[in-house]
Parts: sequence; C-alpha cells; structure tokens
Amino acid sequence: MRLYGAAANPNGHGHNYVLEVALEGTPDAVTGMIFDLKDLKDIMNREVIDPMDHRHLNYEVPPFDKVIPTTENLAIEIWGRLAPQFEGTPARLHAVRLYETEDTFVDYFGK
Amino acid sequence: MATLRLTHTYRFSASHRLHAPELSAEENQRLYGRCNNPHGHGHNYVVAVTVEGAVDPATGMVVPPGALDELLQRQVVSVYDHKYLNFDVPEYAGITATTENMAVAIQERLRAAWPAGFPALVHLRVQETKRNSIELSVIEEVV
Repeated sequence: MRLYGAAANPNGHGHNYVLEVALEGTPDAVTGMIFDLKDLKDIMNREVIDPMDHRHLNYEVPPFDKVIPTTENLAIEIWGRLAPQFEGTPARLHAVRLYETEDTFVDYFGK
Repeated sequence: MATLRLTHTYRFSASHRLHAPELSAEENQRLYGRCNNPHGHGHNYVVAVTVEGAVDPATGMVVPPGALDELLQRQVVSVYDHKYLNFDVPEYAGITATTENMAVAIQERLRAAWPAGFPALVHLRVQETKRNSIELSVIEEVV
C-alpha cells in the first residue's frame, strides 16, 4: 500500500490502455510497404487485444497471475508476444509504447 | 534485465515576459512581438520527464511513481506554478524565460536533486502551447 498507493486496492482498478507499435524495415519493392497494416491489425487483435481487452489481468491473463501487471511488465510481455510475429518478414519490431494514462507511458525497445 | 523508458507528465501555469536585456526596447518588441508585452502573459506548461532504467523485479517498476512525483513537485512544480517567472523564480533574473531556457533550467533543477539509485534522466519535453514545445535530450551521465 505504501509503494503502490491506490493502485494496490485489493479489488483492483482499471485503465484505458493505449498501445503504439513501431515497426522498422525497408519497404518491399513491389508493395511499397514495410508491413501490411491489415496483417498488423490481425496480429494485434490476436496477440494483445483479444486476450487482454476487458480482462482482469491478474486473474485472466498469464503471466500476470505471477508477474505484477505494471505498465513496464505489460510492455515487456506485449513485446514478447509481438516480436516473433515479424520473423521472416521485412519488418522488425522497433518499439512498444504503452500509455497507462494520458500522462504516463513506457517505451520498450526489447533490450 | 529489461531496460525501459518511463515518461511522466507534469503541469504548471506560469507567466513571463520575453525581454532580452542586451537588446533595445525596439529590438525586443520586433523580436518577441506580443510576448514582449510589458505586463507579461501566461501559459499552461506541460513537462514530460523520461527516465531510463531496469525494471526492479520486486516492484515491476523502473521507479516508484510517487518518488518521481515528489521530486518534480519539490524541484519544479512548487517553484514554478502560478508564478511570474521573471520576478519570482531566481534563474530568470538574468536570462529570458523562453521555452528553450526553461528546458535547460528544469534539467539543472532536476539534476541538482537527482536521488542516488534513481534511473537515468534521459529526456525532457517542455510544452508551452499545443503548437510549441522544446525537446531536450540529456546526454551526460547523472551521478
């Protein structure tokens, strides 16, 4: 309670998270794109939005039954889910920016 | 261990007059325009502070947000909020309170009181209006 304050409320609390994902790469010579945004949307929905949206992270979304779902740990987990999706494509995951509120966000570059 | 950048945003309202003592009254008027108004004018400033460090495995955080909030409140917000910068804040006695100079002064205020063991201060953004902000990358090591 001393460390986390109101965020330690035993029954939890919620946020409207905003996730920005940055890809890096050379545009494909034919399509002119680094990555097809439709495919990116499918990946985002499958890997992050569907499993996490409107869930109680601590109870419903492993590994947050064991790992504290701070913004930092969420960004690391999201990176871990997304980065492998771009293997074998011209794109590489460059950064994950996760806003917990308009005034607080973390950037993770996978290192 | 994973290294992340964490950005927290702080707000204060302050007034200032842009007036360079080295320039004549006419030159100041020509350079700064309405910002040279003799009775000053105000802004709702937004300061974004970015720190970089490893996630503490025990807390899952780069820095306890309360500790960063306390530092910003003590070093910046309580000193700048609802003040006339030219007269009320000592660093602007000799320099003009442009957003550029404010970013440097805020950096110095933070570095002077940066707690041991805190993650490194890497970036500051001082926004004066929605159309106007200054970015300052902090290059030197904070010790």
